[in-house]
Amino acid sequence: MGSGHPILSLKDVRYRWPGRTSFGLDIPDFSIARSESVLLLGESGSGKSTLLSLICGTITPQAGSVTLSGTDIASLSAGKRDRFRAEQIGLIFQQFNLLPYASVLDNILLPLRFAPQRRARAGSAADTAKSLCIDLGLPQDAIAAQAGTLSVGQQQRVAAARALIGAPPLIIADEPTSALDAATQATFLNLLFAQARASGSTLLMVSHDARLGTHFDRMVQMSDVTKPVQAAA
Amino acid sequence: MILRLALGSLMARALTVGMTILAIALSVALFLGVEKVRTGAKASFADTISGTDLIIGARSGSVQLLLYSVFRIGNATNNMTWESYLDIAARPEVDWIVPISLGDSHRQFRVMGTTKAFFERYKYRAGQSLAVDQGAIMDDLFDAVIGADVATALNYKVGDPIVVAHGLASFIEHADQPFRVSGILEKTGTPVDRTVIVSLEAIEAIHVDWQSGAKVPGQSTAADTIRQMTLEPKAVTSALVGVNSRLQVFGLQRAINEYPSEPLLAILPGVALQELWQIVGIAETALVAVSGMVVVTALIGMMATIFSSLNERRREMAIFRAMGARPRVILSLLVLEAALMAAIGAVIGLGLLYAGLVVAQPLVDAAFGLWLPIDPPSLREVWVLLAVIAAGAIVSLIPAFRAYRMSLADGMMVRI
Repeated sequence: MGSGHPILSLKDVRYRWPGRTSFGLDIPDFSIARSESVLLLGESGSGKSTLLSLICGTITPQAGSVTLSGTDIASLSAGKRDRFRAEQIGLIFQQFNLLPYASVLDNILLPLRFAPQRRARAGSAADTAKSLCIDLGLPQDAIAAQAGTLSVGQQQRVAAARALIGAPPLIIADEPTSALDAATQATFLNLLFAQARASGSTLLMVSHDARLGTHFDRMVQMSDVTKPVQAAA
Repeated sequence: MILRLALGSLMARALTVGMTILAIALSVALFLGVEKVRTGAKASFADTISGTDLIIGARSGSVQLLLYSVFRIGNATNNMTWESYLDIAARPEVDWIVPISLGDSHRQFRVMGTTKAFFERYKYRAGQSLAVDQGAIMDDLFDAVIGADVATALNYKVGDPIVVAHGLASFIEHADQPFRVSGILEKTGTPVDRTVIVSLEAIEAIHVDWQSGAKVPGQSTAADTIRQMTLEPKAVTSALVGVNSRLQVFGLQRAINEYPSEPLLAILPGVALQELWQIVGIAETALVAVSGMVVVTALIGMMATIFSSLNERRREMAIFRAMGARPRVILSLLVLEAALMAAIGAVIGLGLLYAGLVVAQPLVDAAFGLWLPIDPPSLREVWVLLAVIAAGAIVSLIPAFRAYRMSLADGMMVRI
């Protein structure tokens, strides 16, 4: 564990999906230190998506607290949570990350639209987006292209650029490489790590592939984080 | 940026969006077209006669008298006698009086017998006078002045002979006494365009050899002989009257309506036009209502396409949510898209209207004598367009609210 205040900490979190009492999540204690890179391993159905939704604040726990950058997410109103997410978290999904009809530039700038502080950090947003694209190895002319016309690998790099722009404290990647072939996977991860390090962001990646673990400071099993859910009466 | 994204999203679904916009555009064009025809008809209606204080004819209904004397629609059930005409003409209140004698036709056009005063006194569209385009007003007994539509439709030039038929849609012609086109009038947009005007005496002249509505067999009087005759009409169909002072209009009207020797009717053209328009107004309202329903249908069609697109767009909404967009943003994005579709549809509809007007203007004018002006959009039309856009935004609230709830439930995780 890193020193000082953790960037993210979940304490005694309890969440049940409405109407599905048997399926839920109990997390006694899980935290990530600032600038740490963590690989969270888990099979599908292990509650990874629920955990990410809790961290992102699109759902709030019935009990316990989720603290991100020192703020208890549950204490914020729904609208403030949305803005907080935009300010604090850069997100990369497995695939279908982008608005296919929008340009690459608009896709990258989209989170800044909802996060004024992050926008301020990004400086000249369009220039920052361009240099991120170049750093991530995207072709020069890709920035003006329609996102839907790019290859899957290129789309993931655009998604990475979008997650990185404005240097949010936490970058969450949900199986970002599973749609990529092995060679592209390695390149993508290297680029992502380099950029995350450059901006001092914390990286939380979720995957079912333990081989990726070598890149990370720490590897955590989903089953170690969660407590088995007791069946409700 | 949101506007750009909304446009991009619409472009990505070009086919369905295009169809929706087309439906809105057509409905808007239809609605505005109906409005245009309606206001055009009303205006050209009201413009048909001006400057005349009273129209006098045999007693019937005011609308009927207006229709046959001014619009040349329908027939007079009775004439007024020449004695009554002269008697009224001699009244001190009467400034001028113009007789009108109808009943004969040339091809599909009515023939009207009148005096030269008609050309001075008949006014249309806020006091405009008739003007001769070619030739001159009739001078000889067998001269005829024709309206612009008559000249165009029958390809007549000054000097061409005309044979008048007895009655309407009749095969019996006054072939013995052919007329000569002496003048062609400028286009007025009134029934005068479709009228052959001859002198009152000429109407008598062509009936010299006729008795009780039928031609006397074997009798044919030469034109020159007729020219020597005193051709005093026995009756006229109606008369247009101008009074010395507008204050005398009602007094004269009452006097004529109570005329002792013959049942006569005097009407105020403006009032009769109003009455007539009230009758036509029901159809007019129905027409506006139907075209309004077409617009509503198009907007509901748009709502349906938005609804059906919601499922395939869940991923897109999830991306917005993940990037920090509130569900409200998604709601407003959908409403914005709908408003854009409605706006584009409205503008294209306006374009279609003008394109349609350019094509239809001469056709409608030729077929119905209705001149549809091509003007910049009126304030009313602008309001209609704005109302369509607003209505588009409002109906889209229903699917947008559904999207709002969906995105609230889905969050940023969509597993489809």
